[in-house]
Amino acid sequence: MSKLMLGNMAVARGLYEAGVDVVSSYPGTPSTEITEFAAKYDEMHTEWAPNEKVACEAAIGASIAGTRAFCGMKHVGLNVAADPLFTVSYSGVNGGLVIGVADDPGMHSSQNEQDSRHYAIAAKVPLVEPADSAECLLYTKAAFELSEKFDTPVILRLTTRIAHSQSVVSESERIPHETGEYVKNSEKYVMMPANARPRHAAVEKRTEALREYAENCPFNRVEMGGTKIGIITSGIAYQYAKEAFGDEASYLKLGLINPLPEKLIKDFAAKVDKLYVVEELDDIIETHCRKIGLSPVGKELFTYIGEYSPVYLREKILGEKAEYTEYPENVPVRPPVMCAGCPHRGLFYILHKLGVTVSGDIGCYTLGAAAPLSAMDTTICMGASVSGLHGFNVARKGEFEGKAVAVIGDSTFIHSGITGLINIAYNASNSTVIVLDNSITGMTGHQNNPANGYNIKGDPASAVDIEAVCRAVGIDRVRVVDPNDLKATEEAVKEELAAKAPSVIITRRPCALLKSVKHKPSAVVDSDKCRSCKACMKIGCPAISMSTGKAKIDNTLCVGCGVCGGLCKFDAIKEGV
Amino acid sequence: MMETRSIMIVGVGGQGTLLASRVIGSVLLTGGYDVKVSEVHGMSQRGGSVVTYVRYGDKVASPIIEKGQADLIISFELLEAARWVSYLKKGGKIITNTQQIEPMPVITGAVKYPENIVENIKAAGVDITAADALSLAVEAGTPKAVNVVLMGMVSKTVSFDEQVWLDALKQCVPPKVLDVNLKAFELGRGIA
Ligand SMILES: Cc1ncc(C[n+]2csc(CCOP(=O)(O)OP(=O)(O)O)c2C)c(N)n1
Repeated sequence: MSKLMLGNMAVARGLYEAGVDVVSSYPGTPSTEITEFAAKYDEMHTEWAPNEKVACEAAIGASIAGTRAFCGMKHVGLNVAADPLFTVSYSGVNGGLVIGVADDPGMHSSQNEQDSRHYAIAAKVPLVEPADSAECLLYTKAAFELSEKFDTPVILRLTTRIAHSQSVVSESERIPHETGEYVKNSEKYVMMPANARPRHAAVEKRTEALREYAENCPFNRVEMGGTKIGIITSGIAYQYAKEAFGDEASYLKLGLINPLPEKLIKDFAAKVDKLYVVEELDDIIETHCRKIGLSPVGKELFTYIGEYSPVYLREKILGEKAEYTEYPENVPVRPPVMCAGCPHRGLFYILHKLGVTVSGDIGCYTLGAAAPLSAMDTTICMGASVSGLHGFNVARKGEFEGKAVAVIGDSTFIHSGITGLINIAYNASNSTVIVLDNSITGMTGHQNNPANGYNIKGDPASAVDIEAVCRAVGIDRVRVVDPNDLKATEEAVKEELAAKAPSVIITRRPCALLKSVKHKPSAVVDSDKCRSCKACMKIGCPAISMSTGKAKIDNTLCVGCGVCGGLCKFDAIKEGV
Repeated sequence: MMETRSIMIVGVGGQGTLLASRVIGSVLLTGGYDVKVSEVHGMSQRGGSVVTYVRYGDKVASPIIEKGQADLIISFELLEAARWVSYLKKGGKIITNTQQIEPMPVITGAVKYPENIVENIKAAGVDITAADALSLAVEAGTPKAVNVVLMGMVSKTVSFDEQVWLDALKQCVPPKVLDVNLKAFELGRGIA
């Protein structure tokens, strides 16, 4: 039956149909839904791991055990999982092993726009890239065949517009994968120098074989049209090129991106007048073309930055411009904001008020960097808040110990905050770390995590005791506050900054969007009492505005958290009934 | 071959634009078209400006819509109609909710919420239908049904049998809230 499916959903369907047994992932936009949809099939064991390295290693274990295994992540997740990736390339697999990674050109929801294809080249593993949902399903299944045939992990690379676009897919039945035999084989799986040396040789041989395979791989196809323009492309860029030039041009559409064919590309190049390589982000295909002696037009014309589009390609290649009319006035921007009732708000209000330096991290709370809270100094990658604060404090010889904090969400703390905290305790900096425990992985759309007591299916699970972890690694000062209680939060931050010992404050209150959280009626403003002092505006709540000159609360947004009421000196904001 | 047609659904993260795109996608698929829907997940869903593209025809390549290309823009919020109007093709149409949700720069007082948006868009020669979908949703039983009121309005423009729309709604809406949503749909359909 034909269905509209997100690319991510089609990958999940592909996992199911390929007979995959084990899926272990860590959420990250735009990859998250692969694993969420996979969890709906009871035939597969599906789980959220604490981070991508753990997920990848769990999948490797499952592959060595003889089953088909998958792990999914966003592009930066592969940085975390890179260590196992580079060596499982040497050991190879038993059951098929596929690593799904979703890049984010344009940085819709990411801190950088790195190109995962470099990893495939560096780790010497095959990489396939689908161009729509039907191909997502097809390539996912094929990736397992490839993995088993060539004894290698395979990377399935998506980009945002593939992962988050729906297109038509037809489903077929699941063919269960027979669990292979597990035989101890230390030469293959114990990667110490004496064993790894011959395995490296095996990897080079494998790459040779894959290169040959690439010449006839069914996923590399030529579509001949007009021969004035010849375009080598893949993934979403193929769709943009097709939309822009239709039958005017000819295409070499590549599905296997590593390794790339030589003869196929040269043959195609010989058939067209002018050769272009159209690929978003880096010049991977172009560099290969140059290596084999061709001189296509690539990044000299097309940008390394952001997403392409059909109009962009026509403009670059044919010099055409699109026609449209703009709205006659300036339209105010609408950046994302912390939701009304977000438990992170109270803490950031206090951090802003106290003027402390904030070593930040990644999650919904990164929105605390935006005006009017403006309470964040750095954000690099998951976990860097904690480890970075330590380095900052050590470098400034204690000068900032009383006026700098790290902020990190519960999921991020589990992902990679704990090791940084160990460093604070072990190498003795007087650092203060604030764990924002909202009982969920918020930013990526509400995934359960090891600290909230539920697994991916929503069933009760063991929960990390964050307080106990902090104490166990050597932090004696550990306390919990409710971030909606501004007074207690301010006191806690002041006291822990003043203390001459490392400390952890856990601000604990569940995310206001959780179904389990009961909302109170919207707060109401007594406009006779409101003096328009704007004290309530300092928390940057999207439900409060001053457009009428007095404070006004949008009752479709307000969830009655009460934080604004605590700021009003004139008692003008009341609990609703 | 039929030229690919383009519908944009724009609004504020949290308003339910994704559900709307799924209903429309399902209607078009039933109508026998090739369909692609490009959604936005992640960061901007937290109260940011969001846009979903729906494209349909005999064979659709690109899932995205660019400036000057949309046949129809469905806007869940007034300011968003102004933001995205440049994406409309000559002769295209806008259906907009008149509800105003102030963005943070307006809330902090850095800029003012623009006035006379509907008039300005009309003055530019654009076919625009504006209605207070929020009030109709409240009348139907919940402010959350704004998206379905708008679907009702759209159902008159992208014309298919009403039953096709109702079936798509039933597929995409949880049974518990179906009745409210059917009522919201009828109220929306009554306007256009
Ligand atoms: C290595 C890596 N993996 C995944 C992500 C995607 N991501 C961004 S924030 C986040 C977790 C947010 O959860 P939490 O720390 O609990 O904070 P919340 O959003 O709930 O406030 C994830 C998974 C990322 N940025 N980097």
